[in-house]
Amino acid sequence: MGRKTPRHGNVVQFDSVGLRYDHGPEILQDINFALPAGSFHFLTGPSGAGKSSLLRLIYLAQKPSRGRVTLFGRDTLLARRYELPALRRRVGVVFQEFKLLDHLSTLDNVALPLRVAGAGEAEVQKFVPDLLDWVGLSEHIHAKPPTLSGGQKQRVAIARAVIARPDLLLADEPTGNVDDDIAMRLMYLFEELNKLGTTVLVATHNHSLISRLQHPRLHLENGALLGPEP
Amino acid sequence: MILFGARSDLPLKNDATSRFLPWLIAPMVFLCSIALAGTIILHGMIGRWDRDVSGTLTVEIAAAPGDAQTSAERTRAKVEAAIKILSDTPGVIQARALSQDQLSALLAPWLGNTDLLREMPLPALIDVTIRPEHGPDLDALAAQLDKAVQGASIDDHRVWLSRLIGLSRAIAGLAVAVVVIIAGATSATVIYATRTGMAVHREVIDVLHLIGATDDYIARQFADRAFTLGLKGGVLGLLLNIPILGGLGFFGLHRLQGGFLGDLSLPFFGWIGVVVLPVAAAALAMLTARLTVHATLARMV
Repeated sequence: MGRKTPRHGNVVQFDSVGLRYDHGPEILQDINFALPAGSFHFLTGPSGAGKSSLLRLIYLAQKPSRGRVTLFGRDTLLARRYELPALRRRVGVVFQEFKLLDHLSTLDNVALPLRVAGAGEAEVQKFVPDLLDWVGLSEHIHAKPPTLSGGQKQRVAIARAVIARPDLLLADEPTGNVDDDIAMRLMYLFEELNKLGTTVLVATHNHSLISRLQHPRLHLENGALLGPEP
Repeated sequence: MILFGARSDLPLKNDATSRFLPWLIAPMVFLCSIALAGTIILHGMIGRWDRDVSGTLTVEIAAAPGDAQTSAERTRAKVEAAIKILSDTPGVIQARALSQDQLSALLAPWLGNTDLLREMPLPALIDVTIRPEHGPDLDALAAQLDKAVQGASIDDHRVWLSRLIGLSRAIAGLAVAVVVIIAGATSATVIYATRTGMAVHREVIDVLHLIGATDDYIARQFADRAFTLGLKGGVLGLLLNIPILGGLGFFGLHRLQGGFLGDLSLPFFGWIGVVVLPVAAAALAMLTARLTVHATLARMV
């Protein structure tokens, strides 16, 4: 997309971040970490540890209750509403529940980040079919999400997250519905993007993947970060 | 873009909440175009009356007392004196007394029997043609006539015309009020439909936001849909109105020709105004939808 990818500094930084929903208990407590530009991290932890909540803070679906979340050098609490779309376009997200739009075809779902960024149809037709071919969905290019299997939906969600070459890629259990071969293939895609400069954070339970790909881990337990683990 | 059936990221095309919009906008455009056409036709009618009377005066001379023959002779003498004064007055082109037959013909529609009219002591009327731009000083002329010819009075039709103009302005004001009320009702309807559509598609809007869509990207899709529906309703309202306006023109031309009302057909620029109304209604719907989406999204996270 021709955007300048940051090669130094921290893409994400959390300083004493806490998060609670309404008046409930703190889901995240005193989170401190940074994702340097070009890094690749796994986010691990048991169900309910707060992995998805932490990702929501990064992709600006939620504001922290306390502390400071900095994204691409911008304090997200201080960011004005009109600044948020530009920040969000630099982040590709693979949502755990996919969040595909059921009324749109596979091609149109994957093309969304390009279209909201103002890309023309020529660009969409140039890049989207190739990527869908790469993730093995070329035969389902005109299919709508309700007609796809869980694994196929997941691959559509991944294709949508990476189509615009984001500076930061967040993936929430991206291999939960695919077999090991496809899981490894998708992780290699993430690694390729990482080599091109994309910072990657993958929340996963898949210990096989974590052990095969030697990337540092951020481990969450009961809303507290137990620190990067090698 | 969803304009005229193009692609949209939001599934607005199948929304039950917006399907009724054309059926609401159609009667609104219909009423609006009636109000607009009525105002234009009335304005044209007043203009014609104004042009017809602006170069004329009527001098009325009360019938002189006495028996029929004496009264007629005395009245004729007054008429001749008045015509002489009028003819000598700068700005007067021509002064011509109406004959007894012409007087009878004027009164016949009200009094009927012309034989009876011949025996009545009718006032004499002088039809005066004046220069529209440099006419006579009417106050001075009235004073001169009043002094020289007993029972003479000038009617320059201004009282009659000012009442008509007052009526015209009142009707035009009423038409503007109708248009404002209709525009308000259309906007309120579009606001309701847009808000309902946003509530229905909240999840899709959230996804678009998370992917990086701006508020305006989302607002444009609602606005384009509102424009399409507004235009459909507007064209329907216009189609309903064309036979009425056409029929009014035909009726005015063929039934009332030469009568008091004159030509009731809509002039060319009036037709342009009426044809532009559906586009104006669609534009209003589009603008309202866009502003509504912006205002609603501004309250979201």
